[in-house]
Amino acid sequence: MAKERRGADIVIEVLQTEGVDLVFGVPGGAIMEVYDALFSSDIVHILARHEQGAGHMAEGYAAASGKVGVAFSTSGPGATNLVTAIADAYMDSRPLVFITGQVPTGLIGNDAFQEVDMVGITRPITKHNFLVKSVEELPLKLRQAFYIARTGRPGPVVVDIPKDVTQHKSTVDIPSDREVVESLPGYKPHYKGNIQQIKKAVELIVASQRPVLYVGGGAVYADAQKELVELAEMLQIPVTTTTQGKGAFPETHPLSLQMLGMHGTYYANMAVYHADLLIAVGARFDDRVTGKIDEFAPEAKIIHIDIDPASISKTINVDVPIVGDAKLILKKLLAELKKRKVKVLYPVQRKKWLEQIEYWKKNYPLSYDWSDEVIKPQYVIEVIYKITKGEATIVPGVGQHQMWAAMFYRYSYPRQFINSGGLGTMGFGLPAGIGAKLGRPDREVWVIDGDGSFQMTMQEIITAVQYKVPIKVAILNNGFLGMVRQWQELFYERRYSETCFGVQPDFVKLIEAMGGVAFRATKPDEVPQVIQKAREINDRPVVIDFWVDKEENVFPMVPAGKSYRDMIVKKPKGKPKADTKYLVG
Amino acid sequence: MADTIGRDEGLKVVTAPKFRKIPKGKVRKHVIDLIVQNEHGVLSRIVTLIAGKGYNIESLSVGETHEKGLSRMTIVVEGDQRVIEQVVKQLRRLISTIKVRDLTDLPHIERELLLVKVNLGSQRAKDEVFRLAQIFGGKIVDVSPSSYTIELSGDGSKISTFIELVKPFGIKEMIRTGKIALKRDFSEAEEEG
Repeated sequence: MAKERRGADIVIEVLQTEGVDLVFGVPGGAIMEVYDALFSSDIVHILARHEQGAGHMAEGYAAASGKVGVAFSTSGPGATNLVTAIADAYMDSRPLVFITGQVPTGLIGNDAFQEVDMVGITRPITKHNFLVKSVEELPLKLRQAFYIARTGRPGPVVVDIPKDVTQHKSTVDIPSDREVVESLPGYKPHYKGNIQQIKKAVELIVASQRPVLYVGGGAVYADAQKELVELAEMLQIPVTTTTQGKGAFPETHPLSLQMLGMHGTYYANMAVYHADLLIAVGARFDDRVTGKIDEFAPEAKIIHIDIDPASISKTINVDVPIVGDAKLILKKLLAELKKRKVKVLYPVQRKKWLEQIEYWKKNYPLSYDWSDEVIKPQYVIEVIYKITKGEATIVPGVGQHQMWAAMFYRYSYPRQFINSGGLGTMGFGLPAGIGAKLGRPDREVWVIDGDGSFQMTMQEIITAVQYKVPIKVAILNNGFLGMVRQWQELFYERRYSETCFGVQPDFVKLIEAMGGVAFRATKPDEVPQVIQKAREINDRPVVIDFWVDKEENVFPMVPAGKSYRDMIVKKPKGKPKADTKYLVG
Repeated sequence: MADTIGRDEGLKVVTAPKFRKIPKGKVRKHVIDLIVQNEHGVLSRIVTLIAGKGYNIESLSVGETHEKGLSRMTIVVEGDQRVIEQVVKQLRRLISTIKVRDLTDLPHIERELLLVKVNLGSQRAKDEVFRLAQIFGGKIVDVSPSSYTIELSGDGSKISTFIELVKPFGIKEMIRTGKIALKRDFSEAEEEG
């Protein structure tokens, strides 16, 4: 029996048991007791300026470090402010535990001050959630939350703790790992792939002439880079990744096709379109990847490796599903291939296939029109890539800049590109970048943001200043909600309804007022200098306000719901010259 | 409008794309059997999941089992094979569910329970309703000068038939439960009435 202590002390005790040394959050009435216990513990707390920021910071931390991220908030508005981050973590399968305060048990259901049914609200956007009804069940529920969050397909878990539960005292023990597993009879993540299915996959791989590997976030979480490279090299299979899968296979590798889908490279999409075998590893056939399902990989047999059985046959019929951990399955697959001393059955065809892909790469590379007058946003990314030698962790917001960051930087390591891929949360970049830097202090972190995205969570610069988090932020400032504007240009006859910011803050003054360092670049030749200058500052956040071409578009593009055949690779002709004049004020 | 490029790059042209899309199947009612951990909010977790995915629950019954902490549910959902497969997979994914299976095409026993209060306008009505209840194996569980309350269990069609037959006498009030179902152990078992 443990010694008697408050529920709040138990919360801290469990966090320490789980190896948590850093949490994010904002205190408030219902969670005060926990903050009181935190006060005398070794756990570092990052005080965000908004709970959404705390949530995204925890996401960035989890995504960069691979550990479970933890965020605290109080009840009511504190908790609802976390909801966007919870939904974001759910869509991108990030391991997080959100601990929210709740009004005392006796007041639940009474419309008490700052009361909201957090378990009800977050039910569809969590892997699981708990309302802890007594201090006796608190340690088990908390440990279950961590176990559920990080195992199987990772995801967010919310633990809602009423204030009186944190105040009551108890001698209840912290349950052991085994007790935690045994207390969840309905939860048994499946890691080992079925060997019969793996053998079927081997047959398909050997017999294919034009294979493509399609790799998603599951391969990153499973840490399967070594196995992927081995498989690709062994059988000369080109590899394309989703945004979540970036870095699971190095994009600097000759077999890399980079990203596929709506804003994928021409060669990745063409390769998938013409492939006779698609090997999906930890990817879920999202609509932004497939476009029109009827014409997605029309000639291909499909192998689908995924840890979540519910991902199989959700949007698309596949030939060989294999449920389990990507790394374990790839290992078995490789062992099977080696055991049978497998060689490519059609070497001539394979050679032709790789030549075809080279041809596409050479003739339709990622490109943009250069300008001496105005900064092209893609150029900024290219310069950051060169100057950081491809080693930085890139955390974008959501919009055009996110796609440029995905296209024009080449990612070599897993967890190097951290973005809101599923939910598409504008404002994700800055707080997630702060979290990523705290999760991996050894990495240079660049937040690539848009002016629209940045303004959604920009108060977190103060948090970065307070904790001396030396992130670099590049705002690709075009004065527009750029991605929406692009769709308006292409599909709504340039009727720019509410996408142009009439008034913008002076970002340099704003950042300086918050205690950060800021630069501005308005001409292409200033770009390398300011990036160098930003890299020299290592005790606070640096923001660079790049005034970029206002009406630059993200291409290639597969319009929503269309086939890869309908890919737009260039700007439509006859478009009026972009207005590069810029107003601040 | 746009400069579009495709399929002209040396490989054969794909003229008839194979259909990858999961085809829509025949819509019918499916009986899903669940064992769940009997804990706070488990019912709403299941209902929210099914409703949130856009599927419609026809009926749902829930009760405790002989094992402590476990409840059994029978859910009737309408949909084609693809929809039902997704429902089953999504339900399995919930932490609180221990066992989920689609009983529709497995040998199983289904029951519903009916309580119906029928008007008794005349002696003839009294005799007739009494006789119908006997034929159907129902029980008269409450009697008043103007009504009989009949309890009847059986499969859905038996219950519906009985309701149709007593309707002409005037139904004052009625309630029928959702389906409950159990899988048969021996698949060769005799036809269920």
